[in-house]
Amino acid sequence: MNSPAENSPDSSVPAVALRGVVKAFGTGDARTVALKGTDFTASQGELHLVVGPSGCGKTTLLSVAAGTLDWESGTVDVFGTRLNGMPRSRVTAFRRKNVGFIFQQFNLIPTLDLVENVSVPLLLNDVRRREAEEKSAALLQQLGLGGKERKRPTQLSGGQQQRVAIARALIHEPRLLIADEPTSALDRETGHQIMDILAQAARAPGRSVIIVTHDPRTYRYADRLTDMEDGGIAGVYHGQALRDFVSIHH
Amino acid sequence: MFHLALRMLLGDRAKYIMLVGGLTFSALLMTQQNGVFQGLLAWTTSHMRNMRASIWVVDSRVEQVNETKALRDTDVNRVRSVAGVDFAMPLFQGVLKARAAEGSEKLIQMIGIHAGTLFGRPTKVLEGELEQLRMANTVAIDELAAERLGSGVGRPLRIGDNFEINDREARVVAICRTERHFFGYPYVFASYDQALQFAPRQRKMLSMILAEPRPGMTPEEVARNIQAETGLAAYTVPQFEKSTISWIWRNTGIPASFMTTIILGFIVGIAIAGQTFYSFVLENLRHLGALKAMGASNGLLSAMLLFQAMTVGIIGYGMGLGLTALFGFAVAENGQPPFKLQPEAILRTFAAILLISGLAALLGIRKVAKLEPAVVFRG
Ligand SMILES: Nc1ncnc2c1ncn2[C@@H]1O[C@H](COP(=O)(O)OP(=O)(O)OP(=O)(O)O)[C@@H](O)[C@H]1O
Ligand SMILES: [Mg+2]
Repeated sequence: MNSPAENSPDSSVPAVALRGVVKAFGTGDARTVALKGTDFTASQGELHLVVGPSGCGKTTLLSVAAGTLDWESGTVDVFGTRLNGMPRSRVTAFRRKNVGFIFQQFNLIPTLDLVENVSVPLLLNDVRRREAEEKSAALLQQLGLGGKERKRPTQLSGGQQQRVAIARALIHEPRLLIADEPTSALDRETGHQIMDILAQAARAPGRSVIIVTHDPRTYRYADRLTDMEDGGIAGVYHGQALRDFVSIHH
Repeated sequence: MFHLALRMLLGDRAKYIMLVGGLTFSALLMTQQNGVFQGLLAWTTSHMRNMRASIWVVDSRVEQVNETKALRDTDVNRVRSVAGVDFAMPLFQGVLKARAAEGSEKLIQMIGIHAGTLFGRPTKVLEGELEQLRMANTVAIDELAAERLGSGVGRPLRIGDNFEINDREARVVAICRTERHFFGYPYVFASYDQALQFAPRQRKMLSMILAEPRPGMTPEEVARNIQAETGLAAYTVPQFEKSTISWIWRNTGIPASFMTTIILGFIVGIAIAGQTFYSFVLENLRHLGALKAMGASNGLLSAMLLFQAMTVGIIGYGMGLGLTALFGFAVAENGQPPFKLQPEAILRTFAAILLISGLAALLGIRKVAKLEPAVVFRG
């Protein structure tokens, strides 16, 4: 599959490092602190799952790591680049180049065909339309959607749509792939197919995949797993500890 | 990305049609109403194209060509004696009652022109000879008069037919083509003396004096001289046109009523386009948010929205203008309602439609600028 555009000279630099991040929503009585001084690290070459009960702050954590949400205090580094104090337009440009997104509801544009949907990140990165569409068609083919390039997303099943979304997230070979509940709208079998593809994508050198999930069936794909609780980290598991965690929760 | 913006817009058939339809309607309303208004204004000065003369001399209180305040007969000679005047001729202008063949009464626009020179004569004679106006009780009529006064006979009047003007017999010796007049009365031409016979007797009968400048002098100069020396008002054709139209603006409700419709067209455009485009943006907000998360800048998204709005604007404008042109061709047949499409009006409508599109886009742009890219992660 695709390898990141730019290999880090130092693969020991964490893909994402949050240190003491605080994020609150609302003010006064309506104030909710979603991240309470959270530390979080995702390494390169790993598929990292973030789990925890509803409302514990998983999506908030993911949004901060992806540079789509501002936070109040603490530091955020993505592949060694500090996002603190970076002007919005530079954060946007950083995302454009380095981050791929996969959403729970796929968020494909229904009026565009598959190739057009997939080509968006390339076009945003100033790749010419022809080249962008050729690359997109090739990746769709790799993901088993050959022959459907000119179909609309709504003509596909949920699993197929999520594969298109993955193609869109990977097409510009980002170093960081972010997914929020990518399998929750899918049946069991399709969910596994999607996780297989994402696990494979994570193996590319210099890339990191962070997935928020509710679904214990996906735990076994993790290289590392962060368990969240009420805006903080309850535990980080890998190796044998991770295998134990998975068997307990299965 | 702009081709995708276009595909997103065209992909939403219903809104696309609504947007183009609304803007078409708006452009049509604005150009068509303006065209009719300009046509109507042109009718108010048609005297000056039906009776050609470089200089029009009237009473000093008269500001427009359709108004008459009688002059003294001696004024003709006073004008003739002004430096730079090549010649000057009297003109009678009055609305008189004519009796059609079957006995019904019709109002006519009587024009009396100098018998010797026929100065101020209609330019296009379809049948007959204007020279015969020198004979007693003769008239030249325009096509509208032939039709109206012939209604009782079942055919338009022809050369040799008779009808009555103020109980006096009038014989048709020529049929001519004129540009229609604002008041809607048909033109009937007679020699100046004959016209006075038809008209009810009054102390002063001279309505206007038509004059030409000497070769080498401009109408403006000579008009100035006439004004200075006689105390009468003297206008060149462009001056009198301007003065007449300005009088209409100041003294009638016509411009206001047309302007109201034109402004309404603008408002309808804003309402339909703004509303529809905004709901288009709202419906696509998830996708715009996703684009933003993927790294589309506010500038790019704004440009895409502007491009979409301008596209429907230009298409709507084109269709509105096309329909207006069709309307123009359709009415050109019988010249009713009057219609005159000026390049400035076409440009003004274009500017108005672009403004509407820009405003519609602006609503969406504001919404998108405030959109947090993180919303895409919220179910
Ligand atoms: N935009 C917002 N405005 C106000 N409160 C918010 C907003 N986003 C999140 N929150 C609150 O912050 C807390 C963490 O939310 P978050 O979405 O990160 O949780 P989550 O772990 O992703 O939950 P879920 O599993 O249900 O998706 C919750 O209490 C939530 O209500
Ligand atoms: Mg969530």
